[in-house]
Amino acid sequence: MVLAADPLFDAGVDGRVLVVVLLKVGVAFALLLVAVMLMIWFERKLIGDMQNRIGPAVAGPWGILQTLADGIKLFFKEDLLPDQADRTVFRLAPYLSLVPAFLTFAIVPIGGNFTDGADGTVSLLGRRTLLQVADPPVGILLFLALSSIAVYGVMLAGWSSGSKYPLLGSVRATAQMISYEAALGLSIASVFLVSGTLSTSGIVAGQATWNWNVAATGVVPFLVFVVAGTAELNRPPFDLVEAEQELVGGFHTEYSSIRFALFYLAEFMNMITMSAIAVTLFLGGPNGPILIDGIAWMWPILWFFLKVLAFLFTFVWLRATLPRFRYDQLMDLGWKVLIPVSLGWFLLIAALNVARDRGWPVIVVVAVGMLALLAGSALLSGAIAKAGSAERPAVGSDDREGLHS
Amino acid sequence: MGYFGGFAVTFRKLFEDRVTTPYPKQKRHKPDRLHGRHVLGRYEDGMEKCIGCELCAAVCPANCIHVRGADNPVDHPVSPGERYGFVYEINYLRCIHCDLCVEACPTEAITETKLFEFSFTNRSDAIYTRDELLVDATTGQPQRLPWEDWRDGEDAMTAAWMRATSPSGDASYEGQVAWSGELGYGVREPERGQTGPVDRPARES
Repeated sequence: MVLAADPLFDAGVDGRVLVVVLLKVGVAFALLLVAVMLMIWFERKLIGDMQNRIGPAVAGPWGILQTLADGIKLFFKEDLLPDQADRTVFRLAPYLSLVPAFLTFAIVPIGGNFTDGADGTVSLLGRRTLLQVADPPVGILLFLALSSIAVYGVMLAGWSSGSKYPLLGSVRATAQMISYEAALGLSIASVFLVSGTLSTSGIVAGQATWNWNVAATGVVPFLVFVVAGTAELNRPPFDLVEAEQELVGGFHTEYSSIRFALFYLAEFMNMITMSAIAVTLFLGGPNGPILIDGIAWMWPILWFFLKVLAFLFTFVWLRATLPRFRYDQLMDLGWKVLIPVSLGWFLLIAALNVARDRGWPVIVVVAVGMLALLAGSALLSGAIAKAGSAERPAVGSDDREGLHS
Repeated sequence: MGYFGGFAVTFRKLFEDRVTTPYPKQKRHKPDRLHGRHVLGRYEDGMEKCIGCELCAAVCPANCIHVRGADNPVDHPVSPGERYGFVYEINYLRCIHCDLCVEACPTEAITETKLFEFSFTNRSDAIYTRDELLVDATTGQPQRLPWEDWRDGEDAMTAAWMRATSPSGDASYEGQVAWSGELGYGVREPERGQTGPVDRPARES
């Protein structure tokens, strides 16, 4: 059974349906590009404000066209291809980064009224349709799959450059993004348990009556998602991939001209998409009160963009505030904190779900669950401490042997 | 403060005053003694102050000044002295604005304005000739060349300033203004702490 599929295709595909689909794709594409343009400007302006500076102020009113000017400049720059580069892969990598960023946005519902039994559809050219480019039944899994593909873009870019700093950057990127993908996936899994569906429109519809998943899943998965998402995006304080002080420019050191612009575009596009996914999963997507009835169709879109904007502001705020993590701190946080916490919380929510289905007393289940989690975390921290203490003398004795021989 | 105190700090900054000056539109105040583009001064009767002694060229550590003196024409002299600066060139690709030429000049002919915002599109423009360095013969103002970004007040404290700030030297001149006038600026009054007929600071009397 196909759950929550777009009603657009219920009556078969004809010319008008095709036009609607093309219209949605075009609008989403343009929307994302304009959003990226504004986001780069917004970030530069805001981080300037937070550092008592002005930020871009010359191109257009308040410097709002600065990104456009930069883009045009990059477009006309010389396109360098290093001698040592693997040419095919070097050319392919930016698109591996960019295309997933575009595709992921397709599953995000950006509008539509889901309250009072409405199914979130709007009328376009006489057809009922969801305000999202695609609504596959696997929904969020597509997001996880595409974000995994995006790792290839970064990894291959660094590897194919044939240069040491990009290689180091891409090694870091691969390790970081794969590590945090696990925590990200586990925190999303908690949402699946609460919503009972993978489809994004289904998840949004499940949060229609102010029962947003951020509360329904007990805040922890949301926090894990935000932290892991920030790391997945390689945003500060997790921007080791492009650590300028250590790696020049990281994986895109050898990139110039329009190829560099594509990476830049993909980076900011991923940021917007990640915020949109977080809003969809945890903050009710376009759900929100309709304050003025006359323009009712506009309120969900407005709420959606306001929520996304709050996330984008937070990303910039993080960048302005926090210094970069050390690499071992990054790995510690990912593997020893975020993955166990999200896994434990996932199990707890699963236990509660089973308890509800079987009619077990909730208090007992919570108590037993917490006890099991405490025991688990004690075992884990014990194991980590043991591994740490086992490591240290070994290093010390090696040194002593080295001195004697 | 804890882990989250830093967020309050950055958020507070959003509402504070900006420290940036939007530079080409608005400039910050320049100090009175800033070393900028040179001018060659004139006396109040329009005579050039430069006597072509080449001391500035001799003292210049960057070797950017080229001076050749020549005898004043008898019927219409250019400067009050015996000779005048026949050729006077400063190469601004070499000049380091150290002000040593200004200190060396015996007649205070060469002084520095506060203008440093000028750029050239070719090398010959970078060599300022005598005609470009001389102040205007009627107003005494520095010439404003097309590639220079002059703003109000950037020529202030340039002409007649050096003499007014230097000691008069001889004790017998105590109480007298011992410097000459400057075209367009007249005779500058003594500064605080200097002797002179006017403007003795109240605390000394």
